Amino acid sequence: MLEDKLIIRGIEFKSRFWIGTGKYKDFEETARVIEASGADVVTVAVRRVNITDRNSPNLLDFIDPRKYKILPNTAGCFNVEDAVRYARLARESGVSDMIKLEVIGDERTLFPDTIGLLKATEILAKEGFIVFPYTNDDPIMAKRLEDAGAAAVMPLGAPIGSGLGIRNPYNMKIILESAKVPVIVDAGVGIASDAAIARELGCDAVLINTAVAGAKYPILMAEAIKYAVWAGRLAYKAGRIPKKLYATASSPIEGML
Amino acid sequence: MKIRINGEERRTDRRTVSGLLEELNILPGRVAVEVNLKIIRKADYDTHPIMESDNIEIVNFVGGG
Repeated sequence: MLEDKLIIRGIEFKSRFWIGTGKYKDFEETARVIEASGADVVTVAVRRVNITDRNSPNLLDFIDPRKYKILPNTAGCFNVEDAVRYARLARESGVSDMIKLEVIGDERTLFPDTIGLLKATEILAKEGFIVFPYTNDDPIMAKRLEDAGAAAVMPLGAPIGSGLGIRNPYNMKIILESAKVPVIVDAGVGIASDAAIARELGCDAVLINTAVAGAKYPILMAEAIKYAVWAGRLAYKAGRIPKKLYATASSPIEGML
Repeated sequence: MKIRINGEERRTDRRTVSGLLEELNILPGRVAVEVNLKIIRKADYDTHPIMESDNIEIVNFVGGG
């Protein structure tokens, strides 16, 4: 078997590629991309209802909550109070107890404020939320979040939307070795091979938005990443060779003239 | 009476959350409502009163990562 089923707090996740719904051309494109990705988890944001134009379409009319798991986020929250408020509103909307918890520390980098993140994780875990904190690639913080009740940890590969890939695979490996909860890379993936690297390292899943939404052909990129997430896992199971500085011949010396 | 919804002033004569959602043509299923920073449970929409100068937030899900 390639890998066990991913089950988090009793919820079975069929796909290892989780996809964001931001920044697409329209909801039709969003729906087509999700379909192509094979993802069964989609992230959404919590925002004010447009009360002046009630004829504008609603995202959830294009994403069937019976078919996809809706993972609301607290994107845009810069402190514990706001993040907790958004999380509670998300839950009250009635689609999920899951929350992709973001407590952002800085507008330019969108790096997490891990001190606030830890506090918010504690609060929400106690309230029964299934908390997925978006965190740094810091093994110690991952451990702290796990201890605070996080259902999984979501370390960044690189800044949100940067497309820089997995900038610190060594830290990622340490996180994977020490974490008892699933590790889902969130943010930084730029193209399919980045997702493959995350999976080759052993990450349980990868959450991607910008790399798909910002691609010239989002549907193609969604498909490419779907295969990369799969290929990465195959390679992880196969086991990579050690890295060496010098060559080792593949062809025998024996029998040469 | 005058209330504030999603940051905008508005007049209404509706007296409950349910009534207000109906007036705004919003289905209660996929939204969350906060009145003066307190989240109102869906079960309480029919009974929770709306009063003069209440500050109301109505949110739903939009695309996000």
